[in-house]
Amino acid sequence: MTIMMERGAARGGGQGRQGLLLPRLLAGGRKLAEHRATFGQLPLRRFTGEEGRRKLIRAVTDAGLRGRGGAGFPTGLKMASVAAGAKRPVVIANGCESEPASRKDKMLMVCAPHLVLDGAVLAAHAVGADRVYLCIERGTSVADRLEREIAQRDDPVKWKVVRVPRRYVSSEESALVHLINDGDGRPMTAPPRPYEKGVGGRPTLVDNVETLAHVALIATYGPEWFRQVGTREDPGSTLVTVGGAVARPNVYEISPGMRLGEVLDAAGGVVEPIGAVLVGGYFGTWVSMPDGWGMPLSHDRTGPQGTSLGGGGIVALPAESCGLAETARVVRYLAEESAQQCGPCMFGLPAIAQDLAAVAYGRCDPATRQRLSRRIAQVTRRGACRHPDGATKLAMSALTTFAADLETHMSGWTCTGVSRDPILPLPSRQHRDRTWK
Amino acid sequence: MSAPNAEGLRLQVDMIKCVGHASCRELLPERVSLDEWGYPIIETDPLPSDLVTHARRAVAACPTLALRVDGKVARVRTQ
Repeated sequence: MTIMMERGAARGGGQGRQGLLLPRLLAGGRKLAEHRATFGQLPLRRFTGEEGRRKLIRAVTDAGLRGRGGAGFPTGLKMASVAAGAKRPVVIANGCESEPASRKDKMLMVCAPHLVLDGAVLAAHAVGADRVYLCIERGTSVADRLEREIAQRDDPVKWKVVRVPRRYVSSEESALVHLINDGDGRPMTAPPRPYEKGVGGRPTLVDNVETLAHVALIATYGPEWFRQVGTREDPGSTLVTVGGAVARPNVYEISPGMRLGEVLDAAGGVVEPIGAVLVGGYFGTWVSMPDGWGMPLSHDRTGPQGTSLGGGGIVALPAESCGLAETARVVRYLAEESAQQCGPCMFGLPAIAQDLAAVAYGRCDPATRQRLSRRIAQVTRRGACRHPDGATKLAMSALTTFAADLETHMSGWTCTGVSRDPILPLPSRQHRDRTWK
Repeated sequence: MSAPNAEGLRLQVDMIKCVGHASCRELLPERVSLDEWGYPIIETDPLPSDLVTHARRAVAACPTLALRVDGKVARVRTQ
């Protein structure tokens, strides 16, 4: 696998102290020796004792690191909350990446496994945990690889690699806690949130594997170095998966603040005229093109529809494809991936998916259109987890971004886009588990 | 309608436990409506003080113990 990387909009001004600008995460090697040659020893000695732990959390806070799993929550704040708990905390390194439009976490775990592992050890040290669960989707060789890499290391924590069912909602943080505690990978009701009461009733730090890799870099090079790229509110570099109608679909390390068009150019540019770009994976939003070309990307909710990088999935949709049909397919997939626990998600998402299909395939009348809007509003925020919210956000965004197409569909014109090959990737049946165990 | 209760008590529902018996709708129509699938849509602003007793009655009647009254917000959303 070749990984292409582009220098982001150089906001840092010149080279970093260590001579690293971008790439950062992928600068080391796959093997432990190569990794140590690039990044040096695990910098635990700089953070010994109670004072050292606090110093490490402060460094992460000062760096302004935000979670790379989708929510963009400040990592230092989460660490401080977990460390403040009464019991000895636990760390979960979340490498599940159930998002079909993203593969940056798998790529990172293959290309820089020891940076992720270093980050998890440092995070465990910062919050006072002695146990790290590394959660990875089953059915790939990534978990086996990481077990082999862990065996070569001599870490002051107990590792456990957890193989998670290949289901969209199983990578949600409460679902991981549920799986580890009871062997059931379905999300749970909050509160309590995992940072208060998670694995074995202990405060649990659940962080995405890319977030942890950044923690390792911050511990090594410091918060000022980290802030040399990215924006003030969203510093550091971040991984994105660019797919769809671009010349070189792949994972790229960019700096937040980079414009959407620049990211597409970094991926070799578009190969045909594009009508819209999906930003933030399947819980993301459609950005209409070419208007969105200059939109800066970050984990903040910028953009007219609250567009954010989320988990970093970016897909360019050709102008010839039908955005409504693409969205209908994905919403149907998301409906199938519901844990079937909460009524509004269990019944609402299939109903919304069906209405969207009616809209896309020309069986739509004004009544269906109205019902769709009502259902979207009714389902949002009514699940125990955010699965229904993500699906309705995508549906809503499609109705807004493709409003002109919607008019055409509703007036009975045949849309040629619906018969084109699908652009948004979905896992095949054999790559989807039916069990929650 | 009277002022919100002093303790900031709110009606909350655990959507995983809820199977849509809709007894809450029956007992507390002031705060509960149903969606098209029969699941409750609950107003989660602090209860007016004259509804607190009624709310507790609805909580006691919930067959799956999904409904509760408490002072904490069920979910602190970060967005």
